[in-house]
Amino acid sequence: MNNSVNSLSTEELSAIDEELEHAPYRSAVAIDALKIVQSHRGWVSDSSIKEIANYLEMSSEELDSIATFYNLIFRRPVGENVILFCDSVSCWIRGCAKLEKHINKTLGITRGQTTEDDKFTLVPVPCLGACDKAPVMMVGDSLHENLTEESINRILEDAAVKGKER
Amino acid sequence: MPTIVIDGKEYEVPQGENILEACLGLGLDLPYFCWHPAMGSIGSCRQCAIIQYQNPEDERGKLVMGCMTPVQDGARFSITNEAASSFREFIIESLMVNHPHDCPVCAEGGECHLQDMTVMAGHRDRRYRGLKKTHRNQYLGPLIHHEMNRCITCYRCVRFYKDYAGGSDLSAMASHDHVYFGRHEDGKLESPFSGNLVEVCPTGVFTDKHLVNDYTRKWDLQSAPSICPGCSVGCNTSPGERYGKLKRVHNRYNPDINGYFLCDKGRFGATYVNSEKRIPAVGRRSKDGLFDAIDSSQALTAIAKGLSTSKVIGIGSPRASIETNFALQNLVGQQNFCTGISETETALVSACIEAIKESGAKIPSPREIERCDAILILGEDVTNTATRIALSLRQAVRNEAYNMAEGLQLQSWQDAATRNLAQDERSPLFLASPHATQLDDIAEGIFNLSPSNIAHLGYSVASLIEGKRDDAVTKTDANDYGNIAEALLKAERPLIISGTGVTDTSVVKAASSIASALVAKGKETYLSLIYQEANTLGITLLDQGQGPSLSNIFEQGENNNIQTLIIVENDLYRRAAKHKVDKLLQAADQVIVLDIMDNETCTQADIVIPASSFAECEGTLINFEGRAQRHFPVFESKHPCRPSWEWITEIGKISSNKNMLEWQCFDDINKACSESSSTLTGINEVAPDRKYRVGGRKIPRQPHRYSGRTAMIANLSVHEPKQTDDTETPLGFTMEGHSGDRPGELIPFVWAPGWNSNHSVHKLQTGSERELKGGRSVVKIESKNLIQSKQQVKSVSQNNDQDHFIAVAMYKFFGTGELSSQSPGIIELCESESIELAIEAADKLGVSNGDGVTAHGVNGTVELEVKINDSLISNCVGIIQGMPGAANINPGEGLSLTRSENWVRRSEIISSDQLGSKNV
Ligand code: SF4
Ligand code: SF4
Ligand code: FES
Repeated sequence: MNNSVNSLSTEELSAIDEELEHAPYRSAVAIDALKIVQSHRGWVSDSSIKEIANYLEMSSEELDSIATFYNLIFRRPVGENVILFCDSVSCWIRGCAKLEKHINKTLGITRGQTTEDDKFTLVPVPCLGACDKAPVMMVGDSLHENLTEESINRILEDAAVKGKER
Repeated sequence: MPTIVIDGKEYEVPQGENILEACLGLGLDLPYFCWHPAMGSIGSCRQCAIIQYQNPEDERGKLVMGCMTPVQDGARFSITNEAASSFREFIIESLMVNHPHDCPVCAEGGECHLQDMTVMAGHRDRRYRGLKKTHRNQYLGPLIHHEMNRCITCYRCVRFYKDYAGGSDLSAMASHDHVYFGRHEDGKLESPFSGNLVEVCPTGVFTDKHLVNDYTRKWDLQSAPSICPGCSVGCNTSPGERYGKLKRVHNRYNPDINGYFLCDKGRFGATYVNSEKRIPAVGRRSKDGLFDAIDSSQALTAIAKGLSTSKVIGIGSPRASIETNFALQNLVGQQNFCTGISETETALVSACIEAIKESGAKIPSPREIERCDAILILGEDVTNTATRIALSLRQAVRNEAYNMAEGLQLQSWQDAATRNLAQDERSPLFLASPHATQLDDIAEGIFNLSPSNIAHLGYSVASLIEGKRDDAVTKTDANDYGNIAEALLKAERPLIISGTGVTDTSVVKAASSIASALVAKGKETYLSLIYQEANTLGITLLDQGQGPSLSNIFEQGENNNIQTLIIVENDLYRRAAKHKVDKLLQAADQVIVLDIMDNETCTQADIVIPASSFAECEGTLINFEGRAQRHFPVFESKHPCRPSWEWITEIGKISSNKNMLEWQCFDDINKACSESSSTLTGINEVAPDRKYRVGGRKIPRQPHRYSGRTAMIANLSVHEPKQTDDTETPLGFTMEGHSGDRPGELIPFVWAPGWNSNHSVHKLQTGSERELKGGRSVVKIESKNLIQSKQQVKSVSQNNDQDHFIAVAMYKFFGTGELSSQSPGIIELCESESIELAIEAADKLGVSNGDGVTAHGVNGTVELEVKINDSLISNCVGIIQGMPGAANINPGEGLSLTRSENWVRRSEIISSDQLGSKNV
């Protein structure tokens, strides 16, 4: 494998290499590699797909079929904060549909969209494993429970000020 | 055979099948999508649901998927049960949620499996009123059109493309209703089997771009049973025509050869038939090279006159039919008939024939290749020279998977389970080649060697099989070779593949000695030898080494011994060095060329005569197995072309040639040929003759729904003309006639009530081996009847010193074929002529990609563009066959190379062109 054509950063490559040490074959680390690159760049571009695929000795198509299967691998640029909004059954019973409309109105975006100031992207998820505290959503890395319109306003304001959560 | 009960009726069905297969085999209709006869079951579409009862008392039963349920003695099923049929209807309704409602503008309409299944399942009214999911289509290259909105997510495309054909650039993307079947980005599908998606996809997602751009529905196409002229495999095809144009080529099921699949050269490489470069009329070249049409009868009389008064030489062709070559041989006499195959290639073909005679191994059909369980390929680049066989090899290496599955009592049609179980376990395939090949991904061992070293490897393996040790072999090699020998000995059906492609007779001989060694060990051994053209073996068997060689013809030319030269369907500039051909054509007083398309040889001819293409005439071709097969005219050409055998016979008659006076039609020539030698006996039984009728009726070329017979020519006349009588074949240019069971070689297209797509082929099949109900004739030339050519050919002098590179022949899927490469679509995929160099060689010469080198060989010098191929071994250079410069270099010869100082890189030519146009 010729590494010189590969523009993955040294950090990314060494993180992938670390995963490779535990893998029976190179393509087995596909998902980890996608997550590593996404954690460095926020999303996975077409050219990143090619570079990762090349590094893992897979075709771009094979890797892309994995990347596009998971909606938490972002194949388009996302805002500073990704809102993972649960719309599965418990949250639905507890009124998440109305809350989603509220977010739509407040931020001016619907599912899959990013605000014009690149602060937020709204992504629906089916369950965050906190059904007892429904409705719930994640913003960046933190989970927010028992959501109301007010708590959502507060959470979004805080996040907008803080910028990207790490 | 197990007996099962379906809807109260008892049936005997083949052991080991699933109930869907069994139903289809019984002629019962059960809708399905994801199952495919060659690809097995995955049970994902849920369309083939059927009720299975526990016992005779069970009245309720349970819903099972037909394609996932093995037949068992005494099992009871119902297709018509309301629970099953309403479930199936609901499945179609769900699949239709996102499917557009615009069949009239879809290129699949009229031969769509989804249409057929929708009607079969009884779904009529759509209740869904919401928005439909839509997708962006991709550009998939010039051959295949993509319309993703029509997808019903059956996953057949990726199962064929990736699992069956080993492609990697098509995948299922995303999930739930975003699922998308395509590439990572726009671009040509890389697999040489991509065209099968057109038939594999049950909807209009993948369609034939050429057809889409100049569209005709299947029911309006006129078709005939045909044979692909693209290579020596001889796949069976069904080309379709309308308005005098060849519109498309579909697969024609032949269980021995192509089964359900063709390669892209065969499918897309036939539209040259419509080319503007077709020879327009019988014509004479004027001094300034222009073409003046002349009266054909005058021309024929003039040629006939020349025959009786002068020394005549006839040059035939490995791409022309047996009948054409036979007619020419009769016209000029055996001693004046040359096969038109180069010296080197003739020697190779003779070596192959000898190998078949001597080794005692069987020659496998592609179906038999799929059953072989250890394979060694010596030199032949199968994917580029006999493409369909590469697909069979991909199935052969799966025998290990089937063995593993059998151990767990898993049927071979359990596709997902079998693949999951086997992962990367494969039956062993070893290959030796001077460069990387497209089968490397399934090979257990790859040996990158020069042709002479490949032969050496072969001989060493043969001695190891015989139990001898070859002391000249190094330890590591001995290990590797030992593995090969062991794998071949362990196998039940070992297969050795070689052929004329590597252009070294010793490689063929080595392949033969391995086969003999295995036969001596009592193995059921298979030996498959590949030739370069559709009728290479045929013409060699016809000639039997009796006629003069091409270089003998050149000599005769030099001595001014040739007055009249008749060249039939052969561009000599592709066979021999330019200076030699130039001299020959100048030396002859009169050069007559019969050909399909204009080419360099035509430009040097005095009289050019337009010959029919494979799609416009009848002919017999002999494939790599020695199997003789017939192609029938699909349509009457708009051009004044006629089959070459007909032109030649006419000349023969004018000149009162005794043999030919009695030939009234194709069948007469064919019969005379069959009687002419013991080798070709039987070629008159390849297909029924022109008098064949079923119940007094001919076989129609047009479907019974063929429309617009009057409207088609309404711009010329509003009266429907009488359909032309076809007096030469059992087929008619009409929609009337017998369309029930017919012999396999007379099935122009497939159709059955309720089954408009190519899946209707089930209705024509019978038995667990899926033979054709109407039977089919298999005519294979027996090895004992093969006659060996006596020709002794001097081997090419090899300069193997340091400064010389060995020229090795390379083949390009798109580009090497003379006619196919002139088909629209394929034209833009053909690679440009180049010389391939290893990196070391390029460094040594100081050149890189796009630079020029001058090759100095026995035929003088040729300038070629450099292409770096880092898989080539460093003392070899690759010469792409079938390109104008390549004929000047004999594969195997030693070349000295120098950098071309005055070479203009292609990119520079283009940019300077742009500059020029800007200045204007
Ligand atoms: S593209 Fe065709 S073959 Fe592929 S999943 Fe869709 S309908 Fe099936
Ligand atoms: S493998 Fe050869 S005969 Fe078969 S379709 Fe391809 S070119 Fe034609
Ligand atoms: S054909 Fe049986 S589930 Fe698809």
